[in-house]
Parts: sequence; structure tokens; C-alpha cells
Amino acid sequence: MNLPTLKKRGKGSFELSSPVRIEAAASAAGPFEKKGRLRGAFDLTFDDPYLGEKTWEKAEGSLARRTVARLYEKSSLSPAETDFFFAGDLERQCMASTQGLLPYDVPYCGLYGACSTFGEGLILASALLDGGFGRAAGVITTSHFSTAEREYRTPLVYGKQRQPSAQHTVTGGGAVLLAAGPAPDGEPYAAVTRFRVGRMRDMGIADPGNMGAAMAPAAAETLTGFLEDFGRKADDYDLILTGDLGQVGYEIVRDLTGAMGFPLGGVYDDCGRLLYHEEQDAHAGGSGAGCSSLVFVASVLPRLLRGELKRVLLAPTGALLSAVSLLQGESIPGICHLIEVEARSGKEDF
Amino acid sequence: MRVPLSREEYARRIQSLTPSSPLPKDMLFAFLTGGGICLLGQLFSELFLSLGIEEKTAALLTSAALIAVGMILSVTGLYAKLARYGGAGTLLPITGFSNSMISAAVEFKSEGMVTGLGANIFRIAGPVIVYGIAAGILYGAVYWLTGLF
Repeated sequence: MNLPTLKKRGKGSFELSSPVRIEAAASAAGPFEKKGRLRGAFDLTFDDPYLGEKTWEKAEGSLARRTVARLYEKSSLSPAETDFFFAGDLERQCMASTQGLLPYDVPYCGLYGACSTFGEGLILASALLDGGFGRAAGVITTSHFSTAEREYRTPLVYGKQRQPSAQHTVTGGGAVLLAAGPAPDGEPYAAVTRFRVGRMRDMGIADPGNMGAAMAPAAAETLTGFLEDFGRKADDYDLILTGDLGQVGYEIVRDLTGAMGFPLGGVYDDCGRLLYHEEQDAHAGGSGAGCSSLVFVASVLPRLLRGELKRVLLAPTGALLSAVSLLQGESIPGICHLIEVEARSGKEDF
Repeated sequence: MRVPLSREEYARRIQSLTPSSPLPKDMLFAFLTGGGICLLGQLFSELFLSLGIEEKTAALLTSAALIAVGMILSVTGLYAKLARYGGAGTLLPITGFSNSMISAAVEFKSEGMVTGLGANIFRIAGPVIVYGIAAGILYGAVYWLTGLF
């Protein structure tokens, strides 16, 4: 029996046989994000945090649904041509994803990787396409400030003071449609080329107001592990972005990766740091399953397509906690998946 | 590649990278906010007394008035905004108790009047009541026992 050629590289990273193209992408941002640093970069924005719905949960479901609608508007592919759709959010049992994808009649997998879900989805989708199981696969992750507060914290209008290391859950999300094969018209495109599935790491942080510190070790290990497996340095990339570590986690990752022999230098940043202005008082920055997908689709992808960035690492991070585990005093394991995305001129490869 | 630190070493290492709450500022704001709410209560009290209401009744009315103020500020979202800066100053006065119940009521209305609002209205205030009563019983027992001798 002949096994297919192994695509594993080094100790735990993977390389696609042929890059998987990002065929289309769409982003949606809530009222707070709309006023932030990426103002004007989103496909859809909402002034009403309820999106015209009666409950917060329905609002997030609607956000997912409308983002997917926009995705198919921008794509030359239809839901019927989609072989897989991976979706995730932070609501219990991923209800926003269910409600968002329900109208589309696509082969659906709901995912939960906390705020790292976008990475999980991108990895699964590109691996399936590279493996020849299909030709097109969608990925969407969303989060909503109000559903996350309900799920993990206290009622919205309950008065409380938060510590400086706390983060603000992003209302918004991003969706991409991946397709096998080169762009038909020879246009420039961005493609997923390599990835690494993260391992969980628990360094004993039990403070939900400091999730950056809980996730930072996993992020440092995924980033250094990937660079080691391919014999690369941070400088080989134009941008290295972790998902939603915020200011505190960002500083810790810088410190740890430096100590582990892979200093990240000037190319490193974190999606959570890029969304809000200082005066928006979002403490350490943005977080949530929609944080990395929103920033990737609204800010990174356009720069790849314009040729301003050639090679990017996106490393969505997740804090694997639940409302119950927190109350029971468990510490918070972190996880971080990594995807390498490259800009292609459209004439090379294949 | 593993992070070459034990949990203890990690906790120590990140200490300098994790900003702590600005305590003097927080305490000053808490003092001013809490003090402001108490001042408002005093004004209510003076008002009721000046209307010729008996002192005991005036005290009850003052509590009720503050609870009402807390309610109104809560549903408009202003109490949450105030609490961002006021901290313990908004938590401790009776307006904070009012806020804890109203916020839960508003929040869980979407799951129905009985299974949502009814079941969750004491979600935050409940423990205060439970342990308040328990402490009251304990105090009463001690008071009664010391009275025996």
C-alpha cells in the first residue's frame, strides 16, 4: 500500500503541496470597531449593536449571516459550489455560526477553538482542499461584545471596574472563501502555503482579566516552533500577527520569543492592538473569535493583494476557558494556530 | 519549542510586563463617587425631614429614592459608565445593589419573564442576601447568648 507523500515538515509544521488561494473575503464590524483604527476598511459596518434583532445572540447570528452573504457577493463561487464551510464563535454551542450558516445550505462544520478558531478553520479548509477533497471551502469566525459579556462575565449594564490588562471583545467578524488552483484570470492573489497546529499550554494563569498572559506561552511556542521547522527567522516575513493577545500578551510574546532565540523584531504585532484608538479605552486591546478574522480580512489581505506585503504569518490565539471552569478555579490553557499566507502574482506556480 | 520556564518562573517574569491597576487614582475616584452618592442620600434625607416626615420613615424613603436613582441610571447604561471610574464607590452604596438586580433583570429578559428574568434577577445580589441573612442570624444568636449572662 502506498501512503500519500507526507506534508509534515520538521517537528510539527506542514506545507501544502500547492498553495490554496483566498478566492474572496468579507468583513463586518460593529459600532465600536467602526470608529477604531481600521475605520473605513470594513465591507459591512453596523451602527446598531443589535443589528435590528431582539436579542444579542440573534444579533451575532445576523452578523455572521450578512458577512457570508457579502462573501458570496464578492466571490465568483456560489454556496452550491462550496464543499466545506467552517464556522466558529464564542456563544454556547456556537449558535451564532449555526444561525449564520443555516440559510446557505452548505456542508457545515461548527468549530470551537475560542479566539483561535479562525486559525483552526483556515488550517482545516486548506488541508482539505490541498488533499483534493474539494475545490472550495469557506471559513468564518465572529464575536459580539454583548454575547461574550453574557457568556463569560456579568450583565451588560452591571457596573464594574476592569483591570488594565483586561480586553474588549470585538463585535465583528471576517469570512474567507478558499479555492484550490490558481486565479482563473491571472490576477494577483493571496494563498495559504503552510501551517502549524498549536499545542495547548497552561502556565497557571487563572485570571480572566489577563488572558493575554494565559495565551502568550502557546503563541511563543507556535511561532518559534514554526520558524525552527522551516529554518527561518522573523525577518523572512513582512508581518507576523498574533490573534488577540492585546498589549500585555504582545509584550510577553516579544520577551519569550527573544529568550527562546527567535526575536520577532519590527515585523511583529497583534490583531488585538490594531483595532482601537487609545482614547476608546479598550484597556489592553481587542479579543474574541472575530478579532483575528476581522483584522486579517480588513487590513492584512488588502495589503497582500496590493503587493505591500509578500509573506505573512497569522497566528490566532485562544484562551480555552469556560464560565464554569473559571468559577471552579481552573487555570486557563492557551492555544495558538499558525497559517502562512503569501502574495502571488498569479503567473507563478501550478 | 517549549517555553523554558516553570509556572512560578513565568508568573515572576510577566509581573513587570503586566500593568497593575492605578490604585491611588482608583481609590480617589471611588471615594468621590461613593461620597457623591452618599451626599445625594443625605440631600434626600434632608428633603424628607424638611417636609415634616418622621425620621425613621425619612430614612426608609431615602433608601427607596436611592434605589430608584440606581435603577434609572442602570437602565440608561449610565451606572455602568460611572462604575468604570467609580469602582467600589458605585458598588458599595445601595445604588450598587439596585444596579446588580436591574442589570440582571434587563439582561435575562430575553430568556423569558419566568425562566429568564425571574430565575436570574438575584444572580448577583443573591449571595449578598444569603450571606447577609446568615450573618444576621449569627449576630442575633451571639447577641441573645451574651444577653443570658
